[in-house]
Amino acid sequence: MEKNISLTLKVWRQNGPKEKGRFETYKLEEVSTGSSFLEMMDILNEQLINEGNEPVAFDHDCREGICGMCSLYINGRPHGPDDDVTTCQLHMRKFKDGETITIEPWRSAGFPVIKDLIVNRNAFDSIIAAGGYTSVSTGGVPDANAIPISKIDADEAMDAASCIGCGACVATCKNGSAMLFVSAKVSHLALLPQGKVEAARRAKNMVAKMDELGFGNCTNTGACEVECPKGISISNIARLNREFLKAKLQD
Amino acid sequence: MSTIFGSSIGRKLLMSLSGLFLVVFLIIHLSINLLLLVPDGGEAFNIAANFMAMPLIKYGLQPVLFAGFIVHIIYAAILTAQNNKARGSAKYASGNKTQDVMWASKNMFVLGLTVSAFLIVHLIDYWVPLQITHAAQKVTIGGVEMHDTYALVNVAFDDLWRVILYVVGSLGLTIHLTHGFWSAFQTLGLSNNIWRKRWTVAGIAFAWIVGLGFVTIAVVQHVVY
Repeated sequence: MEKNISLTLKVWRQNGPKEKGRFETYKLEEVSTGSSFLEMMDILNEQLINEGNEPVAFDHDCREGICGMCSLYINGRPHGPDDDVTTCQLHMRKFKDGETITIEPWRSAGFPVIKDLIVNRNAFDSIIAAGGYTSVSTGGVPDANAIPISKIDADEAMDAASCIGCGACVATCKNGSAMLFVSAKVSHLALLPQGKVEAARRAKNMVAKMDELGFGNCTNTGACEVECPKGISISNIARLNREFLKAKLQD
Repeated sequence: MSTIFGSSIGRKLLMSLSGLFLVVFLIIHLSINLLLLVPDGGEAFNIAANFMAMPLIKYGLQPVLFAGFIVHIIYAAILTAQNNKARGSAKYASGNKTQDVMWASKNMFVLGLTVSAFLIVHLIDYWVPLQITHAAQKVTIGGVEMHDTYALVNVAFDDLWRVILYVVGSLGLTIHLTHGFWSAFQTLGLSNNIWRKRWTVAGIAFAWIVGLGFVTIAVVQHVVY
């Protein structure tokens, strides 16, 4: 049933990367439970603009859960209280009338705050870039089933490829580790014949970049898997460990 | 190969291998200690303890065991410090409400500290009198003179505080193992969606067998013998 609820928001405000941040409290009346969390943020910003205040800066783009742009650490969980959704897919019906919602940016040494709720996730792009290229044979269009791939491998590769790189895994990890992200990116290529050619180099380079950028060491708590909006499994982390150790032993 | 232990996965590999090595040690240690439950006045236990004091084991394997402990403890400290740094100085005001995360997995360092506190008392109680000062009594079994290790254990467990320490230490170890066992295989890469469940079940069973085994020995020694 759609109805309107009123909320108290405790939002992290920070003017710039070097500035000291603080929580600001805002009241919102008449928020439809049918609206999404980001629409609620839009309502808040409209209210702030009308009052002559600066709106809250937050990341968002596609608003349909596939781009990985939205973030927000809501009431103790990345992407909020619902499971397997991004913040843009989170609905206000998950909150009670009169509830206080605490909204924070991702916090980790690897993701410094740029402004308010926006963090710098360039580290993920650097890790992807470190992964390098995949050899693709050019020429005529190959036959659709010229390369046999088992259904299991195809499914696991697709599951790993569904990682949208939002950073929820790092945000929730007590070690600030990016292993779930890196393992998904290594896995979806390592599982397929097309990705096998550069598999060893890819695993080594991506892990080296991950370490260099100051992400933590995985201790297998599994919090990342729980908070991942795409349900990426930590079995990918075991695969990354395997790929990496194999590659190192070959050297 | 040169940089393998400089990487995060390499450091975890050291934790995994040293952890699994210590698991093997626990199996041997518990097997011998279970002889304390044999009601023969400690004869079987003394013979087993004397066997473990053979030069090959004492001077060959014991240093390896110490190295295993040292690697595990030092790397635990390094990894914990690095992970705290990676987490960053800014903490979440709303805490962490992620469900379904094993408590042990988030407290391995603290659990390790309870185990190491127990380890220190252990070394003072047994290792020092048996191997350093040789202050332990002697006994002759089957014509062979040996340390009366049983008497040492038996007297030590008369103290209630020691029994309590053993129970706390053993339970700390149990909880440490419930996460550590499967985690070691995960780090080695010997895991997937099926095997992770198997390692977890095996690890929890192993952890409780070891933990309750040591608890039972301590309690029986205090109450019965």
